[in-house]
Amino acid sequence: MSTTAATTPPRAHNRLGRRVRLLVLLAGALAFLFPFYYMVVGSLRATTTGALSSAVPADVTGGNYAAINGAISLGRSLLNSGIMTGGVLLCTLVFGLLTGYALAQLHFRGRGTVFATLLLVQMIPFQLLMLPLYVLVVRDYGLGDNYLGMILPFAINSTAVFLFRQFFLQMPASLFEAARIDGAGELTILTRIAVPMARPALLSGVLLTFIGPWNEFLWPFLVTKNADMQPLAVSLAGFLSNLQGTVSNPTGALMAGACVLAAPAVALFLLFQRHFTSTDIDSGTKG
Amino acid sequence: MNLLQAKAPARRGTSRIGALFVTPYVVFVLAVFAVPLVYTVWISFHRFYFTAPGADADTPWVGLDNYRAVFTDPVVGQAFLNILVFLVINVPLTVGLSLVLASALNAKLPFRSFFRAAYYVPYVTASVALVAVWQFLFGGSGLVNNLLGDLAPDPSWLVNSTLAMPVIAFFVTWKQLGFFVMLYLAALQNVGRELYEAASVDGAGRIRQFFSVTVPGVRPATTLVVIYAVITGANLFSEPYLLTGGGGPDHASASPVLLMYQKGIEQGHPDFAAALGVVLVAFVLAVSLLARRLTERGN
Repeated sequence: MSTTAATTPPRAHNRLGRRVRLLVLLAGALAFLFPFYYMVVGSLRATTTGALSSAVPADVTGGNYAAINGAISLGRSLLNSGIMTGGVLLCTLVFGLLTGYALAQLHFRGRGTVFATLLLVQMIPFQLLMLPLYVLVVRDYGLGDNYLGMILPFAINSTAVFLFRQFFLQMPASLFEAARIDGAGELTILTRIAVPMARPALLSGVLLTFIGPWNEFLWPFLVTKNADMQPLAVSLAGFLSNLQGTVSNPTGALMAGACVLAAPAVALFLLFQRHFTSTDIDSGTKG
Repeated sequence: MNLLQAKAPARRGTSRIGALFVTPYVVFVLAVFAVPLVYTVWISFHRFYFTAPGADADTPWVGLDNYRAVFTDPVVGQAFLNILVFLVINVPLTVGLSLVLASALNAKLPFRSFFRAAYYVPYVTASVALVAVWQFLFGGSGLVNNLLGDLAPDPSWLVNSTLAMPVIAFFVTWKQLGFFVMLYLAALQNVGRELYEAASVDGAGRIRQFFSVTVPGVRPATTLVVIYAVITGANLFSEPYLLTGGGGPDHASASPVLLMYQKGIEQGHPDFAAALGVVLVAFVLAVSLLARRLTERGN
């Protein structure tokens, strides 16, 4: 008996099952995407209200984007978000790949301890460390309103390190052995052989690392008091809580800011979706 | 293959370079996790004030005074109760919905990648952006109230002391669901086809199969969902701070981390906040262990 015959019930039953399945999925997808639709439409309307008619794109304008730009200087906020995220990405790629490779393919004393720490660190909620980190970074090191202070707590993303390790672990050790016999140093092996082979893991690592600092609110909110240093999530939240009176269509301006904040992460995700599969999550959570 | 196996090809002569490679990460973990963790405990047992950089101030040992203050503060009790409300709504909803959606996705069907993307998009989007939309949807004159008409709650969702916390729990469930759908989707790959076949031969219908094969088959993932939910609840900050205007009304949606921020940084009592943080870690550990016991029973 073939497996397909065993898993495929009678045709009529199957067709009904598929319809129910599609209906459930479609209802879910609508519930998930509607707020995004509402956000985009709201950002484009000259007057944005909670009325039902506001869900229809009418009298489309770019005025809300200009308004939010005037209220929180969008360019500067985006630049700050970019610097913070870029710093985290760079550190995670450089130091995370080194750590992941060493944990997977090198033998050294304390490797077990480092790996146990890697698992443990992912379980510690960052917010719980907010207060001592604030005291240390802002008060003791004087890194308030400073990019270094914003980047520091996120500098090396442990989940990405774990992902890199899992990927390097799956590569045949004989490949690295051969390179060693040919006299290649570990750094050369890492950059010339391991990293090029790990490109899919690298992409999901980048995506995973990107959304953290880009979307982060609490830490940069604590560290930046100067509006010129605030990343977009912080300046938008500031607008949400107390600047709405400064523009004529505050909800529209807020939705425009939300679109700008959401766009890079969503675009990156959609672009690399194919590479970011359930297997990553699988390997990322087997611990 | 067990991905967690500690064995990797050992080779003499590479030992020093391996240690060198992990040094930056170890320094990072010490600076960002270990030192702050110890520092919190230290602060929690002392009288501690913020001082100007470089200035020295007395930090006398006060024993359990800060903890006494934390435990006798009614707002702290309220915040932990709020987290329990959050968990009671968030956990069953997350487990139920993501398991149903993952099972539906775990088959050959049209638009599969569209559905997966649709569920995942809120997860990758910034809370601040989504909170803005939800405030717009659930505000006093928002779309939801306009649709409900006379059925709209009074006072409205976000300023209603009974509804504020449930709205936050629903928001977080919606935002995180895609992640758990993917998690369950991965877990479903490990449930053997032959189990479904055996159940089918025994005459079990689809629904029976779901409860007798799927649900027990993904139990480790369920434990993980519960633990993630507890950690998310313990971390809750942006949602009560932004969605319900600083944890209102009357602390009905306040969270422990929000109180840590308000007491520690806004009102200048970092020692109180540190003690609250230690209590929160203990709470997370206790609930996580309990969750593990409950969901893995019978395994």
